[in-house]
Amino acid sequence: MAKIIMTADDSASVRQMVSFTLKQGGYEVVEAVDGKDALQKLSGTKVDMLITDLNMPNLDGIGLIKGARALPSCKFIPIVMLTTESQDSRKQEGKAAGATGWIVKPFKPEQLMAVVKKVLG
Amino acid sequence: MIDVHRQAFKEEAYELLSELETSLLELEETPEDSDLIGRVFRAMHTIKGSGAMFGFDDIASFTHEVETVFDMVRNGKLSVTKPLINLTLAGRDQIKAMLDASESGGGADLSATVQIIAGLRALAGAEAPAIAAPQEAAKQAVVSTRVTYRIRIAPCRGIMACGTNPLNLLVELHELGVCNVIAQTAGVPELEELDPESCYVYWDVILTTDQGLNAIKDVFIFVEDDCDLKIEAIAEHDEYSSDEGYKKLGEILLERGDITTEEMASVLSEQKRFGELAVQKGIVTENKVEAALVEQRHVQAVRQEKQTTDAGNSIRVPAERLDLLVNLVGELVTVQARLSQTAAGRADLELSAIAEEVERLTAELRDSALNIRMLPIGSTFSKFKRLVRDLSSELGKEIEMATDGAETELDKTVIEKLNDPLVHLIRNSLDHGIELPDVRVAAGKPRHGTVHLAAVHSGDSVLITIKDDGAGIDKEAIRSKAIEKGIITPQAELSEKELFNLIFAPGFSTAKTVSSISGRGVGMDVVKRAIEALRGTIDITSVHGEGTRITVRIPLTLAIIESLLVLIGKDFFMLPLSLVDECVELTRQDVARSNGRHLANVREHLVPYIPLRERFLIHGETPDIEQIVITEVNGSRIGFVVDQVIGEHQTVIKSLGRAYKNVEGISGATILGDGSVALILDVPQLVQSVEAEAA
Repeated sequence: MAKIIMTADDSASVRQMVSFTLKQGGYEVVEAVDGKDALQKLSGTKVDMLITDLNMPNLDGIGLIKGARALPSCKFIPIVMLTTESQDSRKQEGKAAGATGWIVKPFKPEQLMAVVKKVLG
Repeated sequence: MIDVHRQAFKEEAYELLSELETSLLELEETPEDSDLIGRVFRAMHTIKGSGAMFGFDDIASFTHEVETVFDMVRNGKLSVTKPLINLTLAGRDQIKAMLDASESGGGADLSATVQIIAGLRALAGAEAPAIAAPQEAAKQAVVSTRVTYRIRIAPCRGIMACGTNPLNLLVELHELGVCNVIAQTAGVPELEELDPESCYVYWDVILTTDQGLNAIKDVFIFVEDDCDLKIEAIAEHDEYSSDEGYKKLGEILLERGDITTEEMASVLSEQKRFGELAVQKGIVTENKVEAALVEQRHVQAVRQEKQTTDAGNSIRVPAERLDLLVNLVGELVTVQARLSQTAAGRADLELSAIAEEVERLTAELRDSALNIRMLPIGSTFSKFKRLVRDLSSELGKEIEMATDGAETELDKTVIEKLNDPLVHLIRNSLDHGIELPDVRVAAGKPRHGTVHLAAVHSGDSVLITIKDDGAGIDKEAIRSKAIEKGIITPQAELSEKELFNLIFAPGFSTAKTVSSISGRGVGMDVVKRAIEALRGTIDITSVHGEGTRITVRIPLTLAIIESLLVLIGKDFFMLPLSLVDECVELTRQDVARSNGRHLANVREHLVPYIPLRERFLIHGETPDIEQIVITEVNGSRIGFVVDQVIGEHQTVIKSLGRAYKNVEGISGATILGDGSVALILDVPQLVQSVEAEAA
């Protein structure tokens, strides 16, 4: 059965690109437009991995990671955050909140797939 | 596909820009509204991040400048002022201009860009961080030397709470090279104290890779902070490093910091195996010693592997010396057989024990002596590559050669004798088989023809196949040619196999014109004879229009063969086991029923047979039940009638003296355990001479 990955990003173009790349790679994708939306969807569906942006309205990435880790179904899933190179402190904050890894924006589809493969096995 | 994404980004960017404008104007009214500042920052951030991802690098780097200033505003380092709003609005217009420009293909006004950036930097003042240079992945030089690393991964207890599966890390390491992993489980507590969500284990990994240190570090990129990670290079495997024995166990443990010098000294003072002692003394756990041992073995194995490929470590010996050795071993095998037989005949336990020991040693000696003469067939293959290259350009054809099983080993003398026949077969494939590029294209095939040369072990022989994707053999052309040459009569009904076998008939050639490469028709029968001289067989299969496959089966060595020992009267004979299909009984009644014809009915199939007693004029009484040894020669089954089948025999081949060299049907002789001589039958030749007499 195909693994399900959630992508949470307020940018439709990034969501579209991430989702397109993952689907090409044989994964199923659930999209969420911000942290709040993501958390809501997470409590309803089981996903195998979460890819989230850090800057989002309503609930940002850090909040989403903390919220997700509190859910029993998401306790051990890999969570990867999308960051920019200028946000090293945010990266640390994300790790502290329970993120597994990160992808530095901008990234290419191959880089995304490499990270997914790395953390999802 | 990427255009779709670019379009999506643009639409989104326009939307964000108009939102940005509203936010900025609102911000002018309420400069302290942190929510608004956040919105402005996010809009910039998204444009920058996505812009770079979809190839709008100019927009990304420009927006980065604006974003940097607003990051400062967000963090309270800068306050919202009128000039800031003005500049940001100008910046927003500039981004829009850049987006518009990318649509029309032209560039945006560069001077405006520079001006806005200068203004923003002035606003940010000295506080502005240096403009981040685009992060490029440091491209490391490709490290080709293989290095062995010792890696200790000790994850923190809570690593799994971050969604990291340590197993994935180990799997990734495995992908880098030769890898040995030892799990250290000493830290796992009793069941009642165990928290199943914690990681108590750490791993010792020995990895040999040519990917370099950075590749290993990349594996741990996400877990650097959650792991106690030690990576050390412990050995390099390049051409220059000396490969003497690896470090002693104690030294390894010392290097790893598992024991101290004093502890080692105290252990060493007692002479026992270091590892056992150290464990006994409770200095290290068994697991740690095991990890160190694995390291020792790993490096040794890698070095050994290198040595086997290292030509520098081999000794050149004249071929005659090897031949002499193999001959002597052959004699020894014969004598040993006699010893075993003598010992078996006496009830002397001591002698039997010695005989058994000698038998075992002789078998080992024989195998290793024969092994010395074995060479990989690869050197011959590479010669053919050159041949194919030169010939194809001469013929105006585009031909590639692929090889498989270059490491397959064959007796040196066999390889030498195989060279000419193989050259001929490949030439034939190039000349007659593969078509000219235009013809190929017209037939819907790729321009490039391919000749595939492969060698593979199969029992006690090696199969060499030459396969081309050319025109294949035209059966009708062969047939008419054979009739024209008087090889067959027009009425002859031939199976496909028999038809293809005609190619090997002397004086046969189907090419319309004779070229310098092949086509004189002197070739294929010579090839067949050369292969048969090596006790090999040759087979052709072909599909017209699709290609031809020629299979050559060659025994591994010429010195010793597996054979079937049979008895006729009081004389022993051998048939090469590779040719034997099965053995069936032949009763007097069967003979009477077949009305004098030499045909036996084997499972509803008629098999012609040669009564060897008759053929060799051996006198004496024929037993009531004789045996037919059924062989396969040139695709047809032929039986040989003997009195008794004794069994398999490892036969050391002795050539016959000069006087008997040309005796038909006998290819050599061997000495049996009791000292008597057994003749080795040349099965194909026997069949041929009987067929010739019948015709």
